[in-house]
Amino acid sequence: MHVWPVWTACQRPPDSLGTHAMTLWNAILVGLKEIWAHKFRSVLTMLGIVLGVSSLVTMSAMVQGMENGAREALVAVGGLEKIRVEAQPVPVEQRHLRDFATGVTLNDVYALQHSAPEITKVSPEMRFDSPPTLAAEGKTHRTWMTAGVWPIQVQLMEHVVEHGRMFTDLDNELARNVCVIGTGIRDELFGKPEDTGEPVIPIGRSLTINGYPFTIVGMFTHYESEQDRKVREVRDREKQALLASGKTNVPSGTKRDRGWGGGGNRRGNFAFWIKNNTVYVPLNTMWMKMKSGQSNAPATPKLSSMEIKMSDSGRINEALTQIRNVLMMTHRGIEDFSFRTQEDRAEEIDTYIRSARVSGGLIAGISLLVGGIGIMNIMLASISERIREIGIRKAVGAGDVAVFVQIVIESTVIAILGGLLGLVTSFGFIRLISSLTPTDNAPVVTLSSMTLAFSASVGIGVLAGLLPAFRAARMNVIQSLRYD
Amino acid sequence: MALLELRNVSKIYHLGGEEIRALDDVSLDIGTGEFVSIIGPSGSGKSTLMHILGCLDTPTHGTVTLDGTEVQRASSRELAQMRNRKIGFVFQFFNLLPKLNVVQNVELPMIYAGVSGRQRREQALRALEMVELGNRLKNRPSQLSGGQQQRVAIARALVNDPKIIFADEPTGNLDTHTGEVILALFRRLSQEGRTVILVTHNPEIAAVTPRRIEIRNGKIPEKVDARLAGLDRVPAAA
Repeated sequence: MHVWPVWTACQRPPDSLGTHAMTLWNAILVGLKEIWAHKFRSVLTMLGIVLGVSSLVTMSAMVQGMENGAREALVAVGGLEKIRVEAQPVPVEQRHLRDFATGVTLNDVYALQHSAPEITKVSPEMRFDSPPTLAAEGKTHRTWMTAGVWPIQVQLMEHVVEHGRMFTDLDNELARNVCVIGTGIRDELFGKPEDTGEPVIPIGRSLTINGYPFTIVGMFTHYESEQDRKVREVRDREKQALLASGKTNVPSGTKRDRGWGGGGNRRGNFAFWIKNNTVYVPLNTMWMKMKSGQSNAPATPKLSSMEIKMSDSGRINEALTQIRNVLMMTHRGIEDFSFRTQEDRAEEIDTYIRSARVSGGLIAGISLLVGGIGIMNIMLASISERIREIGIRKAVGAGDVAVFVQIVIESTVIAILGGLLGLVTSFGFIRLISSLTPTDNAPVVTLSSMTLAFSASVGIGVLAGLLPAFRAARMNVIQSLRYD
Repeated sequence: MALLELRNVSKIYHLGGEEIRALDDVSLDIGTGEFVSIIGPSGSGKSTLMHILGCLDTPTHGTVTLDGTEVQRASSRELAQMRNRKIGFVFQFFNLLPKLNVVQNVELPMIYAGVSGRQRREQALRALEMVELGNRLKNRPSQLSGGQQQRVAIARALVNDPKIIFADEPTGNLDTHTGEVILALFRRLSQEGRTVILVTHNPEIAAVTPRRIEIRNGKIPEKVDARLAGLDRVPAAA
């Protein structure tokens, strides 16, 4: 009798591990085929996951961008070791003593210099009550950031004088009409180098502050965030490349202001913008020539604030206690001042970032959840369409586990494809959002957010597959085979 | 020992408080290499008998032994393995997966048996050569005639080298000539040493098999089958 030699000879692998691996691979293939067979439906199903993943990645990229910008700005305004003492109105419970309140004065500065060992540098700051008008060469500009200071202020605020010099103690002693400006002021009064096509360094030229003539003796370097620097460098390089390629229609010379933003008016990060719009004059000049003439000028020069640098940011509490003790002495117990530490700002940044993360994450999480529900829905529809198929598979030897695994894998495959698509889409989203609303801080896509979003989508795919898979596995073979 | 042994098998369904005995105390032996038909009108319990013989279902009472293994207490996973390795099914409506092509359909049982890809392809090709469909490998079931589809189903039933082939009304959806071709194929399989069980309501088809088991109202009448319930082996007879 002829018995089929091939089949009788063939050895089946007895181990179930091999069987499972085969089943797994096969299930993935079947899953992909199912998705391919229902392309439109699958894409619609994936859309939920795509949107969820991309919104998670985009959101976290934008928050990361904000955080980076905020931290950079924090360093730009003096780092963690800086404390600012600001004059405050007398508190309500001390109102009856307000006639004795001295305000923040130079005496405070001297007292702190001598009596607070935790402090390394103090600089007084005196500002106008309203933004002064700067004028030069027929142009005017108003800026709050005009202050009478000591030369040491440059170190306190981490300024870098790139052209000329900072005014000296002698300039201050003699109350000379000299000033040091930031590049923002230069841009407003003397023109931007980008527009004129050549460096503009107005050292030695003069401007007026509220009508008083000043000579510009120094100009700070141009401060910009890491991102702005990169953008500018790319633009410069493109321009150089254009010039090198010999094209004749390269825009050169003065650019005409079209009267609308047009992308050229980006201020950049606020902290850097403020820093670039700084005008420093000697404190004595400010006091003697511009303030004492006012009818309500007090007998002793009142400061608007003091910038203080401590020796060690780790000993901030000791430093604050010392400053407070000294100032309570000089202010005769009247608390008409307040502290503003950089740590406060750091904490503010943290709180802000955390709440942005939570709210963004919540929205992205909900849309991922909705995506998962969509997958579950489609898988349920899919198995009720395939009752007969499941019956046939079971009849030829598919166990409940094999059917279960197949359905879970199908839903996971949808989620994985959706997740991958979402990661790709998120870059598009970020592009779109950056071009629609140019923020000061470029979104920063982090690997961790991509990993999180992707694994969340995979997890949701698995979860969404469980119920349909359970149902499919529990289907009765005989009934499924009879089903039409 | 017989390949398939049923001893006092009953299958009872409860429908709305009413007890329905689909199978009532059935005993039956089927030996290796037998070509058997199970015949009975619809509602006779024929399908239920086939389901129990084919490890698709377990009996309420009684014992079923398939190739030395008792199956009445088997888990669904064990039943699935049994179906996969010892039994091949051929159905009236072919039951091929429409999304898979011919080779993929034939490969299906081997996937669940854990056969490697290359071996799967080789065995599927041999099975299809055997049913003379070696030239339609990439076709979808919908592109084949009824007879061709049934031959694909037979190739699928054979591919895991099972001991038993079940055919449930295999010619029910085919014209007379094609039906004869299919029946000839089953006869050949039986001659090659395989146990083939035909389930049908058609006496003409049952006539092609040397042994016929008739079932009525869930019982197998004694007069029809001489070897009923192993009576030939009771001590008194010996």
